[in-house]
Amino acid sequence: MNPSTPSPAAAGKKPILQVRGLTKHFGASGGFGLTSRSKVIRAVDGVSFDLYPGETLGLVGESGCGKSTVARTLLRLEEPTAGQALFDGKDIFTMDGAEMRNLRRRMQVIFQDPYASLNPRMRVEDIISEPWVIHPDVVPIDQRPDRVRDLLESVGLRRDHAERYPHQFSGGQLQRIGIARAMTLNPQVMICDEPVSALDLSIQAQVINLLEEIQDRHQIAYIFIAHDLSVVRHMSDRVAVMYLGRVAELGTERQVYGSPRHPYTKALLSAEPTINFTNEMQSRRILLQGEVPSPANPPSGCRFRTRCWKAEERCKVDIPELVVQSDGDGHVAACHFPEPLSTGPAH
Amino acid sequence: MTTVTTTPTSGEAEAVIIRRAQPWWQLLWRDKFACVAAVWLTVLAFCLIIGPELLGDTATQLNLRARNAVPGLENGPMWILGGDPLGRSLLARLIVGARNTISVALTAVFIAMTVGGTLGMVAGYVGKWVSHVIMRLADVVQSFPSLLLAVIVLYMLEPRVGNLIIVLATTRTPIYLRVTRAEVLEIRERVFVDASRALGSGRFHILRNHIAPIVAPTLLTIMTVDFASVMLSESGLSFLGIGIQPPAITWGLMVAQGRNYLAQAWWLAFFPGLMIMFATLSANILSSWLRLATDPVQRWRLETHKKEEDDK
Ligand SMILES: Nc1ncnc2c1ncn2[C@@H]1O[C@H](COP(=O)(O)OP(=O)(O)O)[C@@H](O)[C@H]1O
Ligand code: SF4
Ligand SMILES: [Mg+2]
Repeated sequence: MNPSTPSPAAAGKKPILQVRGLTKHFGASGGFGLTSRSKVIRAVDGVSFDLYPGETLGLVGESGCGKSTVARTLLRLEEPTAGQALFDGKDIFTMDGAEMRNLRRRMQVIFQDPYASLNPRMRVEDIISEPWVIHPDVVPIDQRPDRVRDLLESVGLRRDHAERYPHQFSGGQLQRIGIARAMTLNPQVMICDEPVSALDLSIQAQVINLLEEIQDRHQIAYIFIAHDLSVVRHMSDRVAVMYLGRVAELGTERQVYGSPRHPYTKALLSAEPTINFTNEMQSRRILLQGEVPSPANPPSGCRFRTRCWKAEERCKVDIPELVVQSDGDGHVAACHFPEPLSTGPAH
Repeated sequence: MTTVTTTPTSGEAEAVIIRRAQPWWQLLWRDKFACVAAVWLTVLAFCLIIGPELLGDTATQLNLRARNAVPGLENGPMWILGGDPLGRSLLARLIVGARNTISVALTAVFIAMTVGGTLGMVAGYVGKWVSHVIMRLADVVQSFPSLLLAVIVLYMLEPRVGNLIIVLATTRTPIYLRVTRAEVLEIRERVFVDASRALGSGRFHILRNHIAPIVAPTLLTIMTVDFASVMLSESGLSFLGIGIQPPAITWGLMVAQGRNYLAQAWWLAFFPGLMIMFATLSANILSSWLRLATDPVQRWRLETHKKEEDDK
């Protein structure tokens, strides 16, 4: 066995967020009128994972696989169809008004499109202090202007930027403002929904560095969503790979990148151009056949079977469950015929 | 003058052009059309507030020599716009009529905007069921021809100014309601609203801080267009004898009465009509200016306007 990083569970930590069987079907509710005839879109179908304090969990998958929907249901921007999400042991989906208000302070979000996530008619000062208008007891009114400017400095902007409007900034600067706003309530969990996908490559690294810096300083747990594995690898302690609304594989960064067990993960990794692989792995680039099926009509059995080169009869009938892999606890993959363990990164 | 500074920003090799915010009167001064409109509306406001008191009974004073007098100075400065069939000064009657005309139209439009805007926000942001009820009510109001509705209601009620305003406001409300609801439905899906919800804001906070500031300029623009049609509806009703009752006057009533004399004395209908047109036009121009001036993304259009002219 290769000496894999122990999972946080093995280190005896208690998760801050436990997601169990999270399911979101669009067009499922309101069974009357036109809606009953339209197709149900199974955007998220039974997703489970844990998030430990202070760690970064990468959530990766092709666009349309349900990553944003996971984020939005956890934030209660959408109501889930089924499932639980225990924050500190309490189910987010059954919280009452007061509990939700409390949760808002502890869990925050950064969106993909930095310009769209800021109200274009508000000054930066008003944008960043909006959380304190909603939760007035956090910072007294007379201290807010100073605190806004302190926050701006802490995300690498200038104090006088507070007087400006969003259209006067570049994308990277806007994302910094979004980060400052998310930090105003000192959250313990931050959901970053593709926070750098809309930015230039050179600026992506700066924003990621800022996020890491903030994490070091405040011990925030990140759910870091991305559509390619390379961005996530840099950030993440653990990685969950999603395919068509399901988790295909989940493990530590080392487990998932070093010895992927789900064919889909392997295919994604082989398509990464920048990662240094051994010659042998590079030579075996796996090109996935066909399109991602529609979440309105997912394949029976294993959802990946229409594109999997190892698919057999069984994959059509049996839905593969997430099974613990032999290379250490916490590494799970949903495949009937998992890839063999590679004996080490250098082979 | 515009201050253009290039600022190095937080290590990101991107420069942003900053213009120092200008006070509103400078922005107004740069847009000459808006300036003229503002002056004209100020004059009208002046007439509205002190016109009748200032002129005393000049507007009702009969001058038999000036019956249907042609515009000109031969009957004295007050008859410069001519006289009506009873020899009263048209100018004085226009000034005195400003109060009734504008206050009726403005109140009606304002009520319609407030009620329609509020209901539209509720219909756009509260549950389906409430929304359905509100929208069906709007359908009912709109399915009647508005003049017919006004005639029926005013015929049953007393034709008092208050009733007139209520009827006019009711017939205009659905327009504001629909526009507001449509905008709310669009804005509530924007990401910054999600961000605000994720921060824990309630419906009221979002309506007030994120939705109302965007909807308001649109409603204001509709209001200025509506202003004219309400004045004309009022004149129609007054003409039928169920609106403003003579001897009280409004511009609309003057147009209506002047129509009988179009062949002999065109100015009787022409000048009040012109007043309606100018008032509407000014309100419209000024609201367009206001729309730009209150939008941080668009404001530069007003700020750079002058500079480009100088460069030529
Ligand atoms: N509000 C919605 N109504 C209907 N379908 C939706 C809605 N939001 C997302 N979807 C669908 O759900 C699936 C997952 O979307 P999303 O979570 O945004 O994917 P990702 O963030 O991974 O790109 C997509 O097929 C998308 O079309
Ligand atoms: S279960 Fe079958 S189809 Fe699905 S990934 Fe594994 S081998 Fe491929
Ligand atoms: Mg997404």
